[in-house]
Amino acid sequence: MRSEQAPLWLKVLAYGGLVFLHFPILVVALYAFNTEESAFSFPLKGFTLRWFREAAAREDVLAAIQLSLQVAAVATVVALVLGTLLAAALYRGRFFGKDALTLMVALPIALPGIITGIALLSAFRMAEVESGFWTIAVGHATFCVVMVHNNVVARFRRMPHSLVEASSDLGADGFQTFRHVVLPQLATALLAGGMLAFALSFDELIVTTFTAGHERTLPLWLLNQLGRPRDVPVTNVVALCVMLVTAAPILVAWRLTRGTEDVAGSSR
Amino acid sequence: MDTSPPVVLTPSLRPRTGLLRALSTFLYRRTTLFLLLLLTPPLLWFGIVYVGSLLALLTQSFYTFDDFTMEVTSTFTWANYAGLLDEANADIVLRTLGMAGAVTIASAALAFPIAYYMARYATGWRKGFFYIAVVLPMWASYIVKAYAWTVILSRGGIVYWGVEALGLLPALEWVLAQPVVGGSSLTTSTLGRFLVFTYVWLPFMVLPIQASIERVPGNLLQASADLGARPAQTFRTVLLPLAFPGVVAGSIFTFSLTLGDYIIPQLVGPPGLFIGTMVSTLQGSVGNVPMAAAFTVVPILLIGVYLTVARRLGAFDAL
Repeated sequence: MRSEQAPLWLKVLAYGGLVFLHFPILVVALYAFNTEESAFSFPLKGFTLRWFREAAAREDVLAAIQLSLQVAAVATVVALVLGTLLAAALYRGRFFGKDALTLMVALPIALPGIITGIALLSAFRMAEVESGFWTIAVGHATFCVVMVHNNVVARFRRMPHSLVEASSDLGADGFQTFRHVVLPQLATALLAGGMLAFALSFDELIVTTFTAGHERTLPLWLLNQLGRPRDVPVTNVVALCVMLVTAAPILVAWRLTRGTEDVAGSSR
Repeated sequence: MDTSPPVVLTPSLRPRTGLLRALSTFLYRRTTLFLLLLLTPPLLWFGIVYVGSLLALLTQSFYTFDDFTMEVTSTFTWANYAGLLDEANADIVLRTLGMAGAVTIASAALAFPIAYYMARYATGWRKGFFYIAVVLPMWASYIVKAYAWTVILSRGGIVYWGVEALGLLPALEWVLAQPVVGGSSLTTSTLGRFLVFTYVWLPFMVLPIQASIERVPGNLLQASADLGARPAQTFRTVLLPLAFPGVVAGSIFTFSLTLGDYIIPQLVGPPGLFIGTMVSTLQGSVGNVPMAAAFTVVPILLIGVYLTVARRLGAFDAL
């Protein structure tokens, strides 16, 4: 099977599909260097780096980036702790409610974001919690758990249980076994899961529109920009940067989990 | 003789005695207690934050909204659910369902060749290349992708430029003049909206199909060819039935993501509400949270039905 050559039409369709997937991304990258001020016209008018300088000087852009980074950091830490605990509890053995738990972890990203968002909003209102940084972070952490959980559960399943038994036989207690045997095995899965959780939180928009109140994360800033045609060049630059920031953790996560059967990032 | 130096254990590696050891042994013996300890923090979090929120939403859907004072009171009513049966709401649901169905079919058609090539022909570095090339656009910021399309499709943008250069502008105008798919320009047409939806959810279709084709043993296809089937016959009678659960698995994503989306319908396409935009309008500008809450039950039900059908078709084994 492997030695066969693919028929030409299949190659064209497959590579054509890839071109389609990357075309808009390329367009955003090109427009970020366009000299024109307020239109989407093509062909492009000329090359400039001016908009990068202008974007970097904009207070609202910097504030949005800072908020998004902080939210993603908090969400990632919470997701790492909860996701690992869940994975450790769920990877082995069967007990009542296990399937329901697995479903519950996946539900916040399986259900449309608008449902999660509006549910959180109505709960925060009922509890009379003021919308702001913490409501955003709590929402993000909730749907990030599944990223860490999936990666760590896959690693737990691949890890031979005999390693843990050997450690106990050699006199280590549970904490020592965790620290010196289990944790090193989990390290790259944790890192990969954490990276994915970070990327997911960094560009989440739909749930955030409901939980943000007056705060403005980077995706919310971008959404708001779309109604401002005069500010197009700065929007293009920020769009390109957002894309680069999310691409990096995905690539790292892929490198870290390559060769394992459940590859990081294969589902969102 | 063994000449290797004696192993010296650092303090943290030495077997130890004391409280931690006792605690560790205690937990090892009581597996249920240990399991409970592991599960308590995540259960509390999900129970309070997530399940609690969903229940709050459900509760609100029975609250009363006063049309005159625009205020919500906690009086029990079925009125919101009765309101769902309005004819205007049926339109919204059908419009959304139609789009979700069309996007799913188009994604499957576009994704299959990519997935097939990835699974059967891409080897070595090409495999990694294809994987990354599909995963990167999938993870690229949703709002940036939607924004990119508004740039591409706008008048004077790339698509109009290309169509004009090819002399096909009359053809495009003709397509846009058609009912259902048309609109005054690409950015305000259903066709444009369909294109953006298909683009945004396509990667979610590729990976499940690829995984399911990977699992079809190559010798089945060879056997089919040996028995005299033409490639098209092998595809239709052997590969497609075996890979179909993957298509259904992918369609769960494309279908449910389109069904719940409310940003793309605002950015691209003609006026006319989608389920998502309806919910967000009710909640935001109207302030009728009870009705919005009742409306969220619609996509949940639709997705529930879809998942039940998908399960029958074996999609969960392909995930």
